[in-house]
Formats: sequence, structure tokens, C-alpha cells
Amino acid sequence: MTKANLSYVRTEMLAPQDPPLGQTGIIKWVRENLFSSWLNAILTLLSLWLVWTVLSHLYPWFANSIWNAGSLSECREIRNATLGEGASAACFAVISDRWEQLLFGFYPKDGYWRPVLALALFFASILPVLFTHLPRKLLIGSIASPVFLFWLLWGGSIWSPASVMFGFVAGVVAYRVVAAASSNLLGVLAAIAAPLIYWLFLTGLVADALNSVVPIELPQVQSKEFGGFTLSVIIGIAGIAFSLPLGILLALGRQSNLFFINKVSVAFIEIIRGVPLIVWLFTASLLLNYFLPPGTNFDLMLRVIIMVTLFSAAYIAEVVRGGLAALPKGQYEAADALGLDYWKSMRLIILPQALKISIPGIVNTFIGLFKDTTLVVFIGLLDPIGLSNAIRASTDWQGVYWEIFVFIGLMFFIFCFSMGRYSLYLEKKLQREHR
Amino acid sequence: MKKTILLGALTVAGLAATAASASTLDDVRARGKLNCGVTTGLAGFAAPDANGVWQGFDVDMCRAVAAAVFGDPMAVEFVPTTGQTRFTALASGEVDMLARNTTWTYSRDVDLKFEFAGTNYYDGQGFMVPKALGVTSAKDLDGATVCIQTGTTTELNLADFFRANNISYEPVPIETNAEGLQQYGAGACDAYTTDASGLAASRATFENPADHILLPEIISKEPLAPLVRHGDNQWGDIVRWTLNAMITAEELGVTSANVRELAAAAGNNPEVNRLLGTEGELGAMLGLSADWAVNAIAAGGNYGESFERNIGSSTPIGLARGLNALWTNGGLLYSPPFR
Repeated sequence: MTKANLSYVRTEMLAPQDPPLGQTGIIKWVRENLFSSWLNAILTLLSLWLVWTVLSHLYPWFANSIWNAGSLSECREIRNATLGEGASAACFAVISDRWEQLLFGFYPKDGYWRPVLALALFFASILPVLFTHLPRKLLIGSIASPVFLFWLLWGGSIWSPASVMFGFVAGVVAYRVVAAASSNLLGVLAAIAAPLIYWLFLTGLVADALNSVVPIELPQVQSKEFGGFTLSVIIGIAGIAFSLPLGILLALGRQSNLFFINKVSVAFIEIIRGVPLIVWLFTASLLLNYFLPPGTNFDLMLRVIIMVTLFSAAYIAEVVRGGLAALPKGQYEAADALGLDYWKSMRLIILPQALKISIPGIVNTFIGLFKDTTLVVFIGLLDPIGLSNAIRASTDWQGVYWEIFVFIGLMFFIFCFSMGRYSLYLEKKLQREHR
Repeated sequence: MKKTILLGALTVAGLAATAASASTLDDVRARGKLNCGVTTGLAGFAAPDANGVWQGFDVDMCRAVAAAVFGDPMAVEFVPTTGQTRFTALASGEVDMLARNTTWTYSRDVDLKFEFAGTNYYDGQGFMVPKALGVTSAKDLDGATVCIQTGTTTELNLADFFRANNISYEPVPIETNAEGLQQYGAGACDAYTTDASGLAASRATFENPADHILLPEIISKEPLAPLVRHGDNQWGDIVRWTLNAMITAEELGVTSANVRELAAAAGNNPEVNRLLGTEGELGAMLGLSADWAVNAIAAGGNYGESFERNIGSSTPIGLARGLNALWTNGGLLYSPPFR
């Protein structure tokens, strides 16, 4: 049987044709995804109408925005002159007039470079912490950076924060010396005692002495002069930086078999977590004033930073505890079987795994903390929200509303979004399961 | 570890807090600055300008007191307070005085243990409604939604007024004046009620002021007054007589422009001489220098100057003197004599 005999079989192939219009490209996509049924078609049209309504109202408002005016009424005059009466136009002139205030609060004008440099220095100093492929020696710079950050922001002599920092050095030295000479426990006790003694009796003297030899000073800035995003970022970053180690310690304390440490950690976490942050802030700002002797000037900003730190530490502790609980018991036993002591097993085996699991939760808490800094407006600190009220109370800008909040929202979004992105990067990098 | 120390220090400090405090004047002098509680922002009364310098009618009051004590009107630390935190801030000593459009009432004076140092602005509560609502009297507001600031006397007056007239309303609680205006502008409430001065000031900033009317009813007395804590009468006297000095200065024609000249040597008006310290020992009686009133007047001008500069008819707020004119001009301002 040859092919030629089969007359009903085609002997040559047809040239390939394009698929029908309805089965390809954008039309296919639209049909399958947007108009696959009557219900979907209606929903699609409704959504289109919604998007159009929102955009048609918002776009002219943004597109016509006015950036150069001294007051809201001037804005309106410009708008009436160029666009006609009643046109929709944003008056972003309020931002160009007051952006310095929104960013720096009442910080002295000739010192604006200081918070900016401090922020840059902060980012430079956390780079080796965030990206592990950088040389490890850079970490020394990271550890020393708080001294420079404090000095840049508050001014005064650089030796005051530096001499406080020496306390930690004293602790490490004391541990090394005593632990080598006697037992580990005595070393820990010495590491706690040495800095305490140093801070109580020597800090001021050392700072004065060093300053008289090598005076390095910047003009002092009072905490009350901080405001706007400088205030939010300082409270946020300080809260984040201090609450992570404190939270990890609390989480370990809650898992601990030692009765006292366990109960103290549980009580701390439950009490702090059980009360709203705003109550703690009111406690810090109002209640403490009744207890402190009149005339005591215990910095309000410091009080707020402490409260925010304690509050988010309690949350971090629970997030980390989740990570610790997720580890199989075998990991703990393996650490024990290797003969590691408690701290070594935690540092080398347990925590790296537990923290990796907790990253989304930790970053989530940090983002929440950063946004919660706006609550300080209720105790009269002028953060961006507080300043927005003050700006709208000036005769020039009374009546401006959305423009300021759009700006503030955008700034917060940038910070929170970058934190979220970094956490995704970290999660991907640390992924070990599917290699 | 740093935190442990701070908390420890806090406890110790808390235990030591029972120690008796010195007088407010001594505290202020030792600090070198007056802590003055103001609003977080109210047009014409207190708000920071683009350079971060506080400006306004209440701010001038603080500056005058600072000038009376230190001779320097800038020696003030302004502490922004909200309607909720203002009294705690004063009672706890966080601020030395409040100049924050606070209405002088019986219970605040007696029960909250504050001392009001004389009225610096006579106000009354009014209503603003859109013209389109077609309402001409507050009694027509039956069933209306009303925007109202929480924690203020206006909230209580509103309830009283509607109950007395046997009509109903639905409150829309708001926190600040700016928020109230936004809600009112967005149509969240039919009427906005607050002090008439605030209403006039706000209406002036509207896109179309003519579309809104202030109803004729003034439903309350709102004497706004600076206040201090009970129990330190010397400090209370300083604030009270600084205000009186500003009022008397207007009455006697002493202004920020001519005060230095008039104070250079005793003139032929004995009342001016006593006020400006060129005659008598009035400053020493207060525990201040002889030229305390000169400094206070030079700081922000006399009462009339401060009024005109911040809230008067030449400003966008454009308030008329009304009740706040001198008694000689048919108003209520009447300072006891400097003698």
C-alpha cells in the first residue's frame, strides 16, 4: 500500500496560518479574563467606571497643582487667573513653603545638614549589618556609629556620648579578664557591674577630661526643637534598633527554665502588650510629671523613645517566640549533643533559624512601630501630623487639607515600603529549604 | 543596660518627688525660660510661622510675661497642648502658665484648682451654617448634625442650648478646629459650632465666605483667660498684672513705640509713671525689676496693638473689638488701677 493510492490523504502540508483573531493576543486575554461571562462583563464595566470616576476627579487636581504661592488665598487667585473660577487644582505651594518645617521641625536652620548627615551615616552604618557579603570589619564602624549619630543630632561635645559608649567597652574588657581568671558566671557579673560603676561615677569626669584635651563640639540642640519627620525617624529608628535585641532577650527569657527570669519576662510582655501604646505615651508625658520632682528635666523625647522601645520589644518577643517554637525539638537536642553551652547553642544554632522564620513578623512589627510614632501628636510633640495641624492653623494656610496629608502619606509610604522590600530580599536570600 | 539605669533613676526620682518645690518664679528664673502652654494651632491665637517662631494673640501674652520676668520676650518655651492634655500639663508643672483660649468657668477655677488671671478675650459660642441650608436662627436647627470639639465647654453649652429649646441634634465629635473645618466643608455636618471668634476667622479663609452665615444667637459666655496653678499667688499676680499692664497701657496711650521714651524719665502723668516704674516700688512688690511693665509692653505692644496685629480688622481674621474694647469705648476691658 503506497501513499499515492490513498487519494483522500493530502500529500503536501498546508502553510501554517495565524490563529483566529478571537484566539490570540489581547482580544483573547480580554475575552477570557474580563468578559468570560455576563456577570464578569458587568463587573468589568463597573470597575472601569469606578477607575474612570476616581481618575477623572484626581488627575486634574494633580495636573493643575500650584507650587508657587505664599498662602492659600494666593493659590486660589493664581488658579482663578490661569484655570478659571472653581477649577480643581491642588495647592502644593504649602509643601514648598513649609517642607523644611515638615522635615526638620524647629531644628536650627543652619544645622539642617546634621540630621541629613546623621541619616546618611545611619544607612552607611547598617549596610554591613543588612548585607552580609560586605567585609565584616565594617561592623566596628556600625558599633561606633551611635556615638556620632547622637553627637550630630543633639550636638555638644562628642566625648559625652563617646564616654557613655566606653562603658560597654569596660563591660567587655571586664568579662574577658574575669572570665579568663575565674568562672563564666563571675565574668557575666563583672560585665554588668563594671559599666554600671563606670556610668554612675566616671562618665562625666572622663567626658570633661577628654573634652579639655581635644575639644570637638557642635552647637547644642534641645529635644524640643526636633519635629516633623526628623522626630518620627529618630523615634522610629531608635525604637527599632533598641527593641530588637531587647525583644530577643525577652523571648529567650520567656522560654527559659529559670523561674525568676521566666516570670519576669512573661509579666513584662503581658503587661506592656496588654495596654495600648497611647496609654503608655500619656503615662510617659503626663503621669511621670506628677512623680518626678518639680523642675526635673527628664527629656520628653527620651521618655517617648523608651516607651516605644519597650512596647515594640514586647511584640518582637512574641514574634521571636513564634520562631523559637517553630523549630523542631531535635535542633535543641542537637545543639546540646554538640556540647555547646546555652549562649553558644542559641547564637550558633537556634537563633539563626528562629530569626529567619520570624523575619516577616519582625519587619511587620517595625513598620507598625514606625507608623505608630505619629501617636506622639496626642502628647503635644510636633511630628508631621502635629505640624500639619499647626501649619493649617496659620492664617496663610488655614483650609489646606489633602495636600499636606498626601505629602505625609507619601513620605511614610517610602519608608515602610523600603522596609518591606528589604525583608523580602532577606527572606529570599536566607531561603534554604528548596536548594 | 542603659535603660535599666534610667528606669532605676526614675524610681529614685519618683521617691524624691515629695520634696517641697520652690516658688514658680524661682523655678522659672532658675530655668532661664518660661514654659508656656499654647494650642497646637489656632489661627490668630497661636501657631508657628514658616521659621518656626510662634505667633499669635495668646503667644503675645506668654511673651509679655517672659519679658516681665526676664526682660527678654524670646525666653519662652512654647509647649503645644491639646484640649485633653492642657490641664494635666499645667497641674503637673510641665508648663508654668496656660494661655490657650481656655474658658474661665466655675469648676475649672474651683474644682480643678486653677487660678484664672483675668480675661484676655471675651468670646461667645456661635453657629456657622451654609447659606443653602436656609436656616436663619439656631432654633431652626432641630435634628441637625453639628460638628463640635470634644473636651471643651462648647460641647456642654451645645447640649444645654438644645435641651433648653427642646430640640434635638446629632453631634459629630472632632478633635481640632482644622479638622472641624474640614468636616464642615465636606458636608459631614450641617452646622459648625465653636467660639464666634474662631468661626469668623475660619469663615474668612473659605473659598466663598458669602456662602456661609453666622447665626445671630450667641449661646454662651466664653471669657478666655490665661491661667496658673492654685497655691502660688505671687506667680498668679505676675500673670494677672502683666495682662492688666497691657490693658492699662492701651488706656493710657502707652505703646511699644513710645514706651521706652516714656520710661526714660518720670513724666507728668503719675499713673504712667507708676506703671512704668519711674515712680513708686510696684515692680519690687511683685518680686520683679522696676521696669517689668516696660519690658512687657515693649514685647508685643499694649493690648490693642497685640489685638490688631494678630486678630484685628487689618488681618485676614478681621475681628472687631466688640466686647473687647476698653470700658471707655463701650467694651468690657477694665483694669484695676496701678497704685
